[in-house]
Amino acid sequence: MSPVLRLLLQRLAISVLVLIGVSILIFFIARIVPGDPARIALGPNASQAQVDALREARHLNDPIVVQYGWFLRDMLNGDLGTSLYTKRPVTQDIATYFPATLELVLYAGAMMILLGLPLGRLAARFQRRWPDHLARLLSVIAVCTPAFVWGVILQLSFAYIWPIFPLEGRLSNGVDAPAAITGFYTLDALLAGQIGTFFDALYHLILPATALALSGIGQTARLTRSSMIETYRQPFIGMARAYGFRETRISRRFAFWPSLIPTLTILGLDFAAMLANAFLVERVFVWPGLSRYGVEVILRKDLDAIVGVVLVIAAMFLITNLIVDLIVSIINPRIRLAERKAKA
Amino acid sequence: MSCVLRIKDLTLGFRKGRQTAQVLHGVSLHVAAGEKVALVGESGSGKSVTAQLALGRLQQERGTLTTGAIEVVGHDLIARPEAMAPERGHRMTMIFQDPTSALNPVFRIGEIFAEVLRSGGRRVSEAAARERALKALAEVHIPDPARALDSYPFQLSGGMNQRVMIAMALVNEPELLLADEPGTALDVTVQAQTLRLMDDLVTQKGTAVLFISHNLSVVREFADRVYVIYRGRIVEHGRTAQLFADPRHPYTQALLSAAPKLIGGGLPDLPEHSDAFREPLVVHEGCGEPGEVPA
Repeated sequence: MSPVLRLLLQRLAISVLVLIGVSILIFFIARIVPGDPARIALGPNASQAQVDALREARHLNDPIVVQYGWFLRDMLNGDLGTSLYTKRPVTQDIATYFPATLELVLYAGAMMILLGLPLGRLAARFQRRWPDHLARLLSVIAVCTPAFVWGVILQLSFAYIWPIFPLEGRLSNGVDAPAAITGFYTLDALLAGQIGTFFDALYHLILPATALALSGIGQTARLTRSSMIETYRQPFIGMARAYGFRETRISRRFAFWPSLIPTLTILGLDFAAMLANAFLVERVFVWPGLSRYGVEVILRKDLDAIVGVVLVIAAMFLITNLIVDLIVSIINPRIRLAERKAKA
Repeated sequence: MSCVLRIKDLTLGFRKGRQTAQVLHGVSLHVAAGEKVALVGESGSGKSVTAQLALGRLQQERGTLTTGAIEVVGHDLIARPEAMAPERGHRMTMIFQDPTSALNPVFRIGEIFAEVLRSGGRRVSEAAARERALKALAEVHIPDPARALDSYPFQLSGGMNQRVMIAMALVNEPELLLADEPGTALDVTVQAQTLRLMDDLVTQKGTAVLFISHNLSVVREFADRVYVIYRGRIVEHGRTAQLFADPRHPYTQALLSAAPKLIGGGLPDLPEHSDAFREPLVVHEGCGEPGEVPA
């Protein structure tokens, strides 16, 4: 078995255990919070008999452990229950809303990496000179301002005062969503060969993705900078300079790759956290995403939907970490070769 | 006499705010082509900054003040330190204290070798780089050069890495090799082995060496001439045999008597500082800086 495959299988096994743990936690926490979900769903005008009937139908009168048993049985059949809020199966709701959030977060993540890493690298290379000061100023402003404030600022500036971007939504009025394959409008449009739809979807993504990414860009830049400065102090960089390696090459390759190892792990966590933190940005841009859905169902104590949303976000954390670990093991030969040795 | 390294009346100060810390107070030394010269002194005496100045790097940092002259392989490094950029790794190379930390941990030896061959913008094909690296590794008696090239530094022992470092230092046939406490981080027998190897190769290739060390026994075995540096001043200069047989400066005498001996008990109780250590430079017969009237 290849070391990478081995790592993958080990991590998957652990991930399943973590997901079971998370499901137990959120299942019990959601039920302990005061408030009767049946009463909230039916509204103040419903009769007590109606509420009791709904409680009975949802097994809400059973002991909590028995309820978890029902939940496990349904989950193994691929059923996460039915939302009291949308009246649809939770799995269906997730399938509808999750791709929108994931698409948004992927674009924001790409911005975080494509802008944050070079900015940090530049700041480290020109430490305590003007590019560093400028990068620090930008980073601090980006980190200190919450994503939803960025959302409002960007919306006002670039969709209202100077309307070069759309105000809200995923597509313009009159543009049909492409046939759902992945649920990512940009990707689906490309797969369907609808270039117009692709650009329309991309156009709608730019402002919310930027709003979501800005603090991540700032944090990534700061992290990369400090990690690179640490690397610059290493004797092997002194060696590179004594042997006349070009400063650009050192900054792009020789110092950059070793610095990436600590940075990537935190970057992965940031990325996964965006999934859960996207709700305010989704709110501002009327983005039909999972985070917004998650907030709605929590406010309505929609038990099944809460558990479903939390499980999806937890699973995304695990998957992101797994991917980061794989990338780190590719960059860091010590990890990669240690795995091989462990196998032998 | 052609000199690959010539330093004359060099002073170095580090400025911080309004204060300046003077580190070198008029150091003069030279290394002729093919000659092995040692610069010996205690920690903080200015040995390593002298090497950094010879590399042409330190004077480019902000807050360093230099006067005097440094001339390395024909370049004036006070006036134009940037002229050294294309020569580093080619006409002048360096060996370090700890070979394992001097090699980048996330690149294979072969990749680092290729960078060394290509530094300064030189074009070397992948195949040619590998071939030259293999040859260089064979010269330093690495048993399986191909395997070493495909290894990461942490997979090789410290001694092997030092051999790799020596191979990298000599692969471009430099005129001057700076050895800054080479192999001090290695254990004594391995250090001695690799130094002997380095000695053989530089003698064979006619590479000049500036050997920076605090280890007198190593210097005695290796160097043609020795400069003793104390607190930013050269205090004694002579041929190795002269200096060891007849140390004249009080500081050199103290330094020599501080060397641990195999038989003969403990170290003598020496003062850390003494006014006598500040006595002027002693130059032995037949030595002296080029252009000076011999004493």
